[in-house]
Amino acid sequence: MLIKNLFKSKNSKLLQVTFRFYSKGTVSKHYDVVIAGGGMVGTSLACTLGKNTKLREKRVLLLEACPNKAWGNPEKYSNRVVSINPSSQKLFSDLGAWKFIEKHRFAPVKQLQVWDALSDASVTFGNAESQEIVSYIVENDLLLAALTEEVKNCDNVNVLYNAKVTKYGLPDYEGNIVNITLDNGDEYTCDLLLGCDGVNSSVRKSMQADYVSWSYNQMGVVATLKLKECMKNEIAWQRFLPNGPVALLPLTDELSSLVWSTSPEEARRLLSVTEEEFVEALNKAIWSKYSSSIIVQQATSIFDTFLRVLNCSKSEKNNVPPTVKSIEPNSRAAFPLGFGHSSQYIGKGVALVGDAAHRVHPLAGQGVNLGFGDVACLSNTLGEAVYDGSTINDLSYLRNYEKDRQRHNIVTMAGIEGLHRLYNTDLTPIVLLRSLGLQATQALEPLKRAIVSQAS
Amino acid sequence: MHFGIAFDMSIVLRRTPLWSCLHKSLSSIGATVDKQEIENFEKITDEWWSQFGPTKGLHSLNKLRVPFVRDGLVNEGVVSKEYLNTSAPLKGLSILDVGCGGGILSESLSRLGANVTGIDANSRIIDVAKKHAEKNCLQINYCSTAIEDHSQQYNGCYDAVVASEIVEHVTEKDKFVEACARCLKPCGSIFITTINKTFWANLLAVYVTENILEVVPRGTHQVEKFIAPHKLQRLLEDNNIRAKLIHGMVYNIVTNRWSWCSNISINYALHGVKLK
Ligand SMILES: Cc1cc2nc3c(=O)[nH]c(=O)nc-3n(C[C@H](O)[C@H](O)[C@H](O)COP(=O)(O)OP(=O)(O)OC[C@H]3O[C@@H](n4cnc5c(N)ncnc54)[C@H](O)[C@@H]3O)c2cc1C
Repeated sequence: MLIKNLFKSKNSKLLQVTFRFYSKGTVSKHYDVVIAGGGMVGTSLACTLGKNTKLREKRVLLLEACPNKAWGNPEKYSNRVVSINPSSQKLFSDLGAWKFIEKHRFAPVKQLQVWDALSDASVTFGNAESQEIVSYIVENDLLLAALTEEVKNCDNVNVLYNAKVTKYGLPDYEGNIVNITLDNGDEYTCDLLLGCDGVNSSVRKSMQADYVSWSYNQMGVVATLKLKECMKNEIAWQRFLPNGPVALLPLTDELSSLVWSTSPEEARRLLSVTEEEFVEALNKAIWSKYSSSIIVQQATSIFDTFLRVLNCSKSEKNNVPPTVKSIEPNSRAAFPLGFGHSSQYIGKGVALVGDAAHRVHPLAGQGVNLGFGDVACLSNTLGEAVYDGSTINDLSYLRNYEKDRQRHNIVTMAGIEGLHRLYNTDLTPIVLLRSLGLQATQALEPLKRAIVSQAS
Repeated sequence: MHFGIAFDMSIVLRRTPLWSCLHKSLSSIGATVDKQEIENFEKITDEWWSQFGPTKGLHSLNKLRVPFVRDGLVNEGVVSKEYLNTSAPLKGLSILDVGCGGGILSESLSRLGANVTGIDANSRIIDVAKKHAEKNCLQINYCSTAIEDHSQQYNGCYDAVVASEIVEHVTEKDKFVEACARCLKPCGSIFITTINKTFWANLLAVYVTENILEVVPRGTHQVEKFIAPHKLQRLLEDNNIRAKLIHGMVYNIVTNRWSWCSNISINYALHGVKLK
């Protein structure tokens, strides 16, 4: 009653504000760094900052909208897996998170075999017989669990689950502090906000960054596959079909994980047909001969002879892809695929990391690896800023992060985009060119090494 | 390619209210401060601390001179191992920043854990420095005094003395260096950054900036106050300080970045150590 009357008074506006403030029991806390989004990238960033000795006295808060999913050591493999390149794997080793993954499960890939459905051209990276590993296939959930486990050892990092941010108040020209509001009304402030909140990043939106994006009009169909024959499963297979690439990533000697990019209509159909029909369609996609132009066939075979004469053709024997027996029940799902790149990775008091800053086609398995590259670079940059006596949000250091990462990411993304466009057609001249390109790549060892080193 | 110019703070400051305020108060120490200047105070604080304002060259110089001081002290073995590669490598060390101005360097050294004393003859700018440090919760001991007076009281008190972009404004350099040296503990380090007295420094700092770029009025510079490294070295030696390191520095006016170079003919940095 008293409150009601007060509200009618002249000062009602002021009182309303104070009233709301107290009624929600607002708590305000300050951190040096707040990380928004605890996906694979955000959690690895929390861990990396937490373990950086130069940042040991900085307080870090990680906010994740979802509840914490503990790793229950399930027997079934998850249909969401990523291919981790050697640099990312090193990051996990350095963090101490790799031993958790090793203790559970992962699949080393020793060779990557890429081939074109419209010609016989193929290229292999790495060597199945060697000891060298080109990438590691790990389930998203396991990777996240390993990082979550490790972040517990960082005394200066706090993690909040079920903490969905509803509002970011970035500093204006005069201010230096970032305000963060959660959906339960709690408020936090920080000197530096790191946006790891994925493709639809609200941090990026509040930065009003220029974001270049388009949809591929493709879906990525995933599933866990059971293979016909038990074999040494150490090769990742990718075949470019007219509708998009299909990739089989090894999990165990009997299981592989599927990422099949295709048109939305086809994806919908693939999800609705019976599991037997799905397997049949998939085997056809992997094995069937697509009608390719006679010109392409002849040209590639002549070019192959030519390379052989020059004595620089492949020495590795051509392996054959596995045949799929069945799929893990209910393991099918589909995700929209798109391209996106933010022209700005940084702003006053803020930086973007991972998918919040860039999104690529999964055809090269680079998405989260670019994010882990960002993580390593950002941690170094912030450590350097602090060790040089600067503030942690010093723009000139953040600008170094932006410059270094854009230099790397844009080149990689342009390469992936180029591959996507090259293979997303069945025009004879282009099929011819790309087939000859694949053959030449296959034959030229230095070129292959250059490609692999950019990808890792 | 670098478009380097000899960098002298007075060049960029001279046309701003900041400079005119400093200049006035310098020439009228003790005189009553006029009202207009107090109103200007907020603006001056902002200007001094804006990374894009007239002091931007000093802000960006931090990227060079802070590591120079930090690594110099690390190399002298005065930084304890447990603090290496932490956020406070200079923990426990006492540092005197001579001619600290608004505290751009003092604050960085303070964040690295050092106990910093910043002195400046200009009391107005010391107020700016105090206010800014307070706002940023930094414990820095600022004092408006001359080094000669300070050194009487704080004889042999500091692990390091830093005189950055100040020597080129000092007339009696022998007294200045002597006072700095007096403040040092035995084996203490002195860090100096300044402008060389060469044809090139003269050409770039005076001729180009005054007559071609016209960023400063003609006749502003007193080239005779610049000092050559060997002269500075001699002055230090007279005070029992041995120069350990001299680096050239180059400023890129377009990108506002400093970098090290082997050429010391324009700007240079010197690290000297007081003998026992
Ligand atoms: C089919 C498919 C296959 C792929 N295969 C590979 C591969 O083989 N190799 C590879 O490297 N990459 C691959 N990727 C890409 C990879 O999955 C992504 O790059 C990666 O998941 C990005 O991680 P992230 O942490 O940046 O973003 P996300 O995983 O999207 O995480 C964002 C997090 O932020 C949280 N969040 C969002 N908004 C808020 C908010 N307001 N408040 C609090 N929290 C919030 C979310 O809950 C989420 O946990 C693939 C992608 C797809 C679709």
